[in-house]
Amino acid sequence: MELLAFGDTGWGDELFYATLMTIAVSITAMFIGFLFALIFTPLKLSKNKFLNFIANSYTTIIRGVPELLVIYLFFFGGTGAVMYVASIFGYNEYIEINAFVTGAFAIGIISGAYSTEVFRGAIQSIDKGQFEAANVLGLNKFGKFFKIILPQTLRLAIPNLSNVWQITLKDTSLISVTGLVEIMRQSYIAAGSTRDPLFFYSFAAVLYLLLTFVSMKLINRLEVKYSRGY
Amino acid sequence: MDLELMINSFPKLLNAAVITLKLLLVSLIIGLFIGLFFAILRLNKNIFINRFAYGYSYVFRGTPLLVQIFIIYFGLGQIEYLRSTVLWVILKEPYWCAIIAFALNTGAYTSEILRSAFQTIKPGIIEAGKSLGISNKVIFYKIQIPIAIRQSLPAYGNEIILMMKGTSLASTVTIMDLTGVAKYIISTTFKPVEVFIVAGGIYLFMTFIIHNLIKFLEKKYSFN
Repeated sequence: MELLAFGDTGWGDELFYATLMTIAVSITAMFIGFLFALIFTPLKLSKNKFLNFIANSYTTIIRGVPELLVIYLFFFGGTGAVMYVASIFGYNEYIEINAFVTGAFAIGIISGAYSTEVFRGAIQSIDKGQFEAANVLGLNKFGKFFKIILPQTLRLAIPNLSNVWQITLKDTSLISVTGLVEIMRQSYIAAGSTRDPLFFYSFAAVLYLLLTFVSMKLINRLEVKYSRGY
Repeated sequence: MDLELMINSFPKLLNAAVITLKLLLVSLIIGLFIGLFFAILRLNKNIFINRFAYGYSYVFRGTPLLVQIFIIYFGLGQIEYLRSTVLWVILKEPYWCAIIAFALNTGAYTSEILRSAFQTIKPGIIEAGKSLGISNKVIFYKIQIPIAIRQSLPAYGNEIILMMKGTSLASTVTIMDLTGVAKYIISTTFKPVEVFIVAGGIYLFMTFIIHNLIKFLEKKYSFN
């Protein structure tokens, strides 16, 4: 137990901050994923074959290639890509991107592919009559989307989005390979310096379980809230 | 684009893909038995057995695969007692540690898939079997299991693809699988995009094959 003491003698405070880091990366990645879903879901539902193809390539590639490989691509290629874009605008100094940004972006792109599929499925399973009814009521495009379609989409999407959240949360453990000090990386450091890997990795597992357990409870509440009236 | 690097690294990556497939196949076979075992435990009416099986699947589904591999590879080696037993022959090999972790992980997901498949079997089918005078054991092996397998094919297909992606974590415990070799080439040449395209292409091809194989099986064993 003294291994987990707060302060200089134990790893308690380090692991606490590492847990906060995991939560921060997960939420940022989930948010970036939503932004990607916001772009790609309409493309998936579009009648234009070319736009369809772009969106399908995105979700197929990301969901068919290991997360670790995507992270390596961003870790080794991210700086080069940003510097290339910067050089177009005439900026030629070395740019260092920190591990948080790289990691959150890599996991965000992965999370976005899953979110896109969830939103597509949810919108497609809304009854056609709802769209027609909205038209009959004379709602404009915005009213139709925000008042009729979106609330129903959210209700249908929340259970699946909670799966996406779980996947995203667990995927953040892979960012540890880039050196970002989240739960996994901190456990690795602690295990290395105390020579007690069994304890620290088991403790990491407990922390992840705790995170998934608490987030499930919170999401269940959200689900109840959005299912009012059903 | 460095086409030469892409062409040169292709055979190396293809060789590594064989290791990925081996890891996948062995873990899936062991995992299927683990999954079936725990799915049957989940159907048991004894609350302790039931809870135990649920706990197993909850823990393995709620923690990252990376943690599970590290506990087995780095953690178990720490126990002095284990080092003196026969088990050590297996546990000192990163290859087997990875397979144990993958099998336990996919076993947890498989048990959930099979459990829900068992539960969706209509009671009428089992009653029909009973009224024909078939024994409970035969009903289970000849009626329930085949139907459950058919029901769980689509979900299990997804699990196979997820597991194939999961085998990439073997590279974190020094195994040179497809991702391991890709990372090695990237870190020696600093050409991440080219290597990603080739390695990712091989992964996508494997996903494509698995996807179509499952589709074929679904059609073959469909009820209509």
